[in-house]
Amino acid sequence: MSTITLNGTSQAVSEDTTLVDLVAQAAGRPIGSDGHALDGSRLGMAVAVDAVVVPRSRWHRTPVVAGQTIEIITAVQGG
Amino acid sequence: MTIASHPDPLLVDGVEFSSRLIMGTGGLSSLHTLEQALLASGTELTTVALRRYAPGQGDTLFSLLERNGIRILPNTAGCYTARDALLTAELGREALETDWVKLEVIADEDTLLPDVVELLDATEQLVARGFKVFAYTSDDPAVARRLEDYGAAAVMPLGSPIGTGLGILNPHNIELIASRAGVPVVLDAGIGTASEAAFAMELGCDAVLLASAVTRAQNPVAMATAMRHAVAAGRLAAGAGRIPARRHAVASSPMDGLIDADTPASVPRGDWAPTGGAR
Repeated sequence: MSTITLNGTSQAVSEDTTLVDLVAQAAGRPIGSDGHALDGSRLGMAVAVDAVVVPRSRWHRTPVVAGQTIEIITAVQGG
Repeated sequence: MTIASHPDPLLVDGVEFSSRLIMGTGGLSSLHTLEQALLASGTELTTVALRRYAPGQGDTLFSLLERNGIRILPNTAGCYTARDALLTAELGREALETDWVKLEVIADEDTLLPDVVELLDATEQLVARGFKVFAYTSDDPAVARRLEDYGAAAVMPLGSPIGTGLGILNPHNIELIASRAGVPVVLDAGIGTASEAAFAMELGCDAVLLASAVTRAQNPVAMATAMRHAVAAGRLAAGAGRIPARRHAVASSPMDGLIDADTPASVPRGDWAPTGGAR
């Protein structure tokens, strides 16, 4: 297991976890290798690893490494 | 509902909008009321903030906007440096699949005024990265011009500080910015009520962006409706060629044929022919 910080909370993940797994878990729906939801709806989510944005096309081949700070963000109400 | 009798779309970055009211989405706890207010406003473009995803939210703002076909303009609210704003803008582009960004770089949390030094820096960098920058700025005409020079897609001067509802504190500057700009000018922040939104349009702004005036009103849906009409009315008035302001009265009724107490009763009142006198 690897320990990461996901959205400010410490979390243990298995060694073979990739970003697409984290996003699918958060969104509660399966996500394809192109980074889009398999149900055809738009996700409206983005991922930053150690303050660098990872494009959705690379989520499935970006392994999660112990010690990383990962943020999953979405649109919220705001001016 | 059509208010203007002729098409008069707002054109930004090659995209046409029939509504000139851009809405913010902050300030309402009920997503249902927000949806009703957005629909009442007639807006076709709304701003959102970007924050950590919280699972199990049920209906989300994103799906609400998608469902209603309202285009999303992600903002960089809460950023104090160009560096922070760049990361937030990149997240917005990735999450919402748009190059458009409402760039906010704030100087301090008491005033929420734009830090124009960081703003100019961030604008230059974002434009270089292919973003279409909607720059929230002060009401300084020199800064507005510089933002345009740096490639901003729209310049968005404040009327007064965010959330204050103080209206337009420096109409002269707003008019000057609008008259010199080659890109759309959007009055952003400070609007409190409908007359101020109309005033912004009369000053020559291309659009108005507001949130709190609607979302924190006692009746958001009614205020959203008012804003919709105010922006349309202000736009029409701005193009209608208003009369010059004068120091003294100019009668709008003719003086010729005026009945006074000595006039014989054989001339009935209201029966005279138009004389071409004073209007």
